[in-house]
Amino acid sequence: MNKNSWILYIGILIFGLVAPFIFPAFKVQLSILCVLIVLATTWNIQGGEMGYNTFGNILFYGLGMYLCASVQVGMFFPLAEWTESGGEKTFVHTPSQFFQGMAVGLVVAAVVPTIVAGLIGYAILGLRGHYFAICTLGLGVAAGEISGGIEIIGAGQGFTTPPFPNIGGLEARGEFFYFLSFGALVLTFIAVRAIYTTRFRLILNAIRDNEDKAEAMGIETMKYKITGWMISAFFCGLAGGIMGGLVGYIDSTDVAFDGREMGVFMVLMAILGGKGTLWGPIIGATLFHFFKEGFWTFFLGWQYVALGVLIVVIVIYFPEGLMGWLREKYPERFGEVVDEADRKAQVELK
Amino acid sequence: MITVQACLDGLLLGILFALIAYGMALQWGVMNIINIAQGDLVILGGYIAYFMYLYGIHPAWGVIVSPIIMYFVGIAIYKLVINKVVDRDLFISILATFGISILFMQLMNFAFGADVVLANSGYGTTMLFDNNVVLPNSKIFSAFISIVFAICLVVYMKRSKLGRAIRATAQNARAAKILGVDTEKVYAATFGINAALCGVAGALISITFTIHPYMGLPYTIRSFMIVIVAGLGNLPGVAMSGMGLGIFEEFADYILGTEFRIGSVFLLLVLILVYRRFKLSRKREYLK
Repeated sequence: MNKNSWILYIGILIFGLVAPFIFPAFKVQLSILCVLIVLATTWNIQGGEMGYNTFGNILFYGLGMYLCASVQVGMFFPLAEWTESGGEKTFVHTPSQFFQGMAVGLVVAAVVPTIVAGLIGYAILGLRGHYFAICTLGLGVAAGEISGGIEIIGAGQGFTTPPFPNIGGLEARGEFFYFLSFGALVLTFIAVRAIYTTRFRLILNAIRDNEDKAEAMGIETMKYKITGWMISAFFCGLAGGIMGGLVGYIDSTDVAFDGREMGVFMVLMAILGGKGTLWGPIIGATLFHFFKEGFWTFFLGWQYVALGVLIVVIVIYFPEGLMGWLREKYPERFGEVVDEADRKAQVELK
Repeated sequence: MITVQACLDGLLLGILFALIAYGMALQWGVMNIINIAQGDLVILGGYIAYFMYLYGIHPAWGVIVSPIIMYFVGIAIYKLVINKVVDRDLFISILATFGISILFMQLMNFAFGADVVLANSGYGTTMLFDNNVVLPNSKIFSAFISIVFAICLVVYMKRSKLGRAIRATAQNARAAKILGVDTEKVYAATFGINAALCGVAGALISITFTIHPYMGLPYTIRSFMIVIVAGLGNLPGVAMSGMGLGIFEEFADYILGTEFRIGSVFLLLVLILVYRRFKLSRKREYLK
């Protein structure tokens, strides 16, 4: 790591820390952006580095969301009565109860999906290509449908997460959730950047390029595939827990296991920025969030139509993403050796 | 008696699923794409029949009108999107058709509203076994029409020139091209035929069951499941596994409750894939 990149990281960190005070009106948007970046970056571990295009990371996201909220309520009050009252103010969390519950809830929300990913990983990750994609799509939708039928977590009518305690009003709430999600983003970035410098990334890339050969070279591919999925699940669960508190209301198919929206968004963000790069998903998520908010503001009512068109256009005309396009244009910047004479000859041919 | 009821309901329902799955198998085999928007095409076909019903025409005529309209819708989708993803990675086609699916879902939501609707055919019901088993005649009608369309299609694929071209392209697109088959046209026709099949199935579903703009995805997953159980190009297998799925669903509905019906379908897909994965991994193979 050279001096310039340190300056860049510290600059981004400082910007992230002061952003809610510079743009106080956009705190919620910035928090959602952080969560989106976490989701896109962790999707990239599967889709970009490992070549396993999953629609199933939404499972861990939704699981984390429900777990965090359930723990937060269940630690102090009976869960069944809470959901039955539909978020009426019969039980009120004191500030210390709220923050204790949130802390424990986030830990549970991160750890349990990791264990789930480890348990189902062996069965699911044996599938390849489009079978894996469709299987994980089914998994995500099934989780949504099934959780929509379970009474104790609100079934079809939804689950209200504990409201933020009455200290400092809306400003404090926004800042709390912003710093929580920004913290998750920083944690994810450090973790992903750290594993991308190790042999682990090379093994994932080997699996992507040719899994049979990687296995023939003596790599226990299944072990690494499951580890990769568990890392994704950890951060997806964390992001889900934060998002549940931020939105304040959990619905099984529209918020938590939203395979049609969030499940596709994370794929799209990573593709838009460029699969298989560290910065691609981050840039892609930022761009995508601007697009999305633009749609929601200017095409109100038609936003999903615009979104569907956007998906088709990105996938067909832009499958390599922004980073892929840059890579083609400036290969030297990406550490590829380019033969000058060869390049000139190509230009002349044109 | 409930067992008989569920079995008969499931059988009649399964024939419809098999019709949709046949379209899925056709395009998968010929063009090597997986169409997530399959279910949305079905729902769109259903709305065409529903609209005829609203304007006072008997919805059964939708069985004729809907495939004709859907054929052109299918051709339009092919020309705009699908022809750009045919030769690419399967995941690209999954994502692109996912985009189409979201698009259709929302457009239908705007055009027809988010209510659950049903085109009432007024066919009445048949009672069997001392009035213990109730079969709506519309279900029998829809199963009959599905079988007729399936037979027509099989004969068409076997006998006609286009059918032969489609089968040749499915076997080897390059060789077919060399021998003078315009594969681009064949692909367009295949997608059109698939959309037309979806149109028939949708019209029948709007008569027998209910339709709603967001109900597309389960139909896609059902047809995908039927195709992977039966295999590409195995028509009796598609029919059998379609009926099996129909019976499974009716029993899941009865035993687990209606709220878990769709969930159990999706879970069954996961279980089937995992089962096949373990079965194949004994021979150190995987699903291709």
